Amino acid sequence: MAGSFDESGADLELVGVTKRFPGFTAIENLNLTIPAGSFFALLGPSGCGKTTTLRLVAGLEAPTAGRILIGGKEVTATKPHQRPVNTVFQSYALFPHMTVLANVEFGLKRRGIANALALAHEALRLVELDHVASRRPSQLSGGQQQRVALARAVVNRPALLLLDEPLGALDLKLRRQMQLELKSIQGEVGLTFLHVTHDQEEAMTMADTVAVMNKGRIEQMGAPEELYELPRTTFVANFLGQSNLFTGEVVESGSDAVTVDIAGLGIKVPRERAQRHAGEVTIGVRPEKLTLHTRKPDTAAGVNILGPGVIIDASFTGVSTQYLVQVPGLPVITVFAQNMAFGPVAEQGAEVWVSWRVEHGFGLADEPEPEARFAADDDTRTIAVQRRQRLEDELDEA
Amino acid sequence: MAFGAFANTGPDLSAAAPRRRSYVALILLAPGVLYLVATFVAPLVSLVLTSFKEPGGDFEVGEYVYAFRWENYAEAIERFGEIFLRTFGYSLLATVLALVISYPLAYFIGVTLRRFPLWQSLTLILVIAPFFISFLLRTLAWKAVFADEGPVVSFLQSIGVLGPEDYLNGTAFTVIFGLTYNYIPFMTLPIYASLERLDLRYVEAGGDLYAGAGQRFWRIILPLSLPGVVSGTLLTFIPASGDYVNASKDFLGSTNTVMAGNVINDMFFQSFYPLSAAVSILLMVAILIPVIAYVAKSGSEELL
Repeated sequence: MAGSFDESGADLELVGVTKRFPGFTAIENLNLTIPAGSFFALLGPSGCGKTTTLRLVAGLEAPTAGRILIGGKEVTATKPHQRPVNTVFQSYALFPHMTVLANVEFGLKRRGIANALALAHEALRLVELDHVASRRPSQLSGGQQQRVALARAVVNRPALLLLDEPLGALDLKLRRQMQLELKSIQGEVGLTFLHVTHDQEEAMTMADTVAVMNKGRIEQMGAPEELYELPRTTFVANFLGQSNLFTGEVVESGSDAVTVDIAGLGIKVPRERAQRHAGEVTIGVRPEKLTLHTRKPDTAAGVNILGPGVIIDASFTGVSTQYLVQVPGLPVITVFAQNMAFGPVAEQGAEVWVSWRVEHGFGLADEPEPEARFAADDDTRTIAVQRRQRLEDELDEA
Repeated sequence: MAFGAFANTGPDLSAAAPRRRSYVALILLAPGVLYLVATFVAPLVSLVLTSFKEPGGDFEVGEYVYAFRWENYAEAIERFGEIFLRTFGYSLLATVLALVISYPLAYFIGVTLRRFPLWQSLTLILVIAPFFISFLLRTLAWKAVFADEGPVVSFLQSIGVLGPEDYLNGTAFTVIFGLTYNYIPFMTLPIYASLERLDLRYVEAGGDLYAGAGQRFWRIILPLSLPGVVSGTLLTFIPASGDYVNASKDFLGSTNTVMAGNVINDMFFQSFYPLSAAVSILLMVAILIPVIAYVAKSGSEELL
């Protein structure tokens, strides 16, 4: 490996990977294949195991069970410096005692690559920071440091580039800019990117494939549009954007749609968009797919109608207005209405109906829980896990 | 921790200090400045003046008058030049040995034991514990250990390392051993203070960037702990160069192991004050030159 670059990105394959820490399991039997050259995002809340997954791939942690393969070669037992993998750390971890240039050259020199200096300058030009090559990292802004960290990793042309929430410390505007830059750099250098983030918008804008992780498992994986339009579980429906979820009994299971009894109304969901076709099911629809009516709309084929309800809150958010509608017997419904005309379409307290096209609904796979929206998190085990996660986060920061 | 004082990381407040209030700062500084003048500057001036004195008119022992007798220095160099060389040889060797022993120890306490704070405190106390017993007693204890009929010599004779007529006390070995032993805590604590704050994420990043264990040490861990290493070597080398206990014939040394400190001591108690003062000044200058060169080379404004 020494002295040469990999030709292109490589596949990453995790086979039955489990990681247990004393007292809790971070990752449970994870199977994952990331094809070469793709931009893959692992999305999840803090403590879901996504950073642990990244550290396992980098070799900074050893799995309790399972195998890790990069480009078809097993690397499970190898040390970090033996893996064709580079990481952009959340904290950047730029060496404070070296210049920016020496930081970027570091990996090349360790591998004995001949024209390290020229390559390092080239990588710095790629992130438009060649003019600060002789400075120390502490003399750069957060965004610049982030780009140096990126250059330091990319310059090695790793088969796999790992990004550990590298944009977390940047402000919103800079983050947007860096997202676009990262995406274009990935296109330019053609590496496989594995990006870990808790920011769903970041994951969706940047990645070809997003895997939503929860409690050490991948809940759902797919293209961003696919995940958003057809979430399969309550967790995905709520973590990736917002959802209106209703639970009811299936009353009719037709050949192209299932009808669910929601507060006495028959709500239809396309059969191929519903995970379960019998018994108690949870169905949902995205807030922006809903239309608000001030008069009861006419019943039509292919349209679901709920109401009447009362607007309990209307908040103007610029592009759209968010309405909260209370329909008796149902959880509060969120509606995003585009601001096509001036002023709110309906006032707070007004009587309204909401409707949506049947093809926009989706049916979830989970067993409905008594409280559909939030899982209980007050058992001792969950508290222990959360406490551990907090401590780890503190340690990470320290 | 108090040891942090060796490694200076405090925020630089000087830029933020309001200029108008500088007289307050002067008043607050006054006790320290006065103390320094009374206990350092005045004795130093007196020492320099003494070093140029010449014997008084009636040639009584210990009678000297102010003069400019630079021959005192010539005499000091001529008579004790070899001892100066020995002093620096011993101190340098003791410093290197102390560094080689202390660095792994400090790394173990500051990094390996980081996840076990109780063990960390306990081992740190063990490093400091010898200070609770008098320095002289501890050195005398080593003299007993290395005694001609003692266990170490008997053992080394039995395995043939030492001949039947050989001994240890009074040799360069015991003096350097004593110096190393006595200054290890001064080496360990500043290095510990540096390593204790070492951010292991840099080490992880080094591993991620293809650096093996050796490269990670030489290129990341050692440079990041360099302030502690510099403080520790200075805190060891400077007092070791002036040490007159370990090399004294009453302790671990003999007439063959005399160091500059012993010469100053002997000359002083034999009432050769100017010569004693001249040796002191020479020793001070001789220490300052390499120390300044060392600090300048090991880099950087951050250390001073």
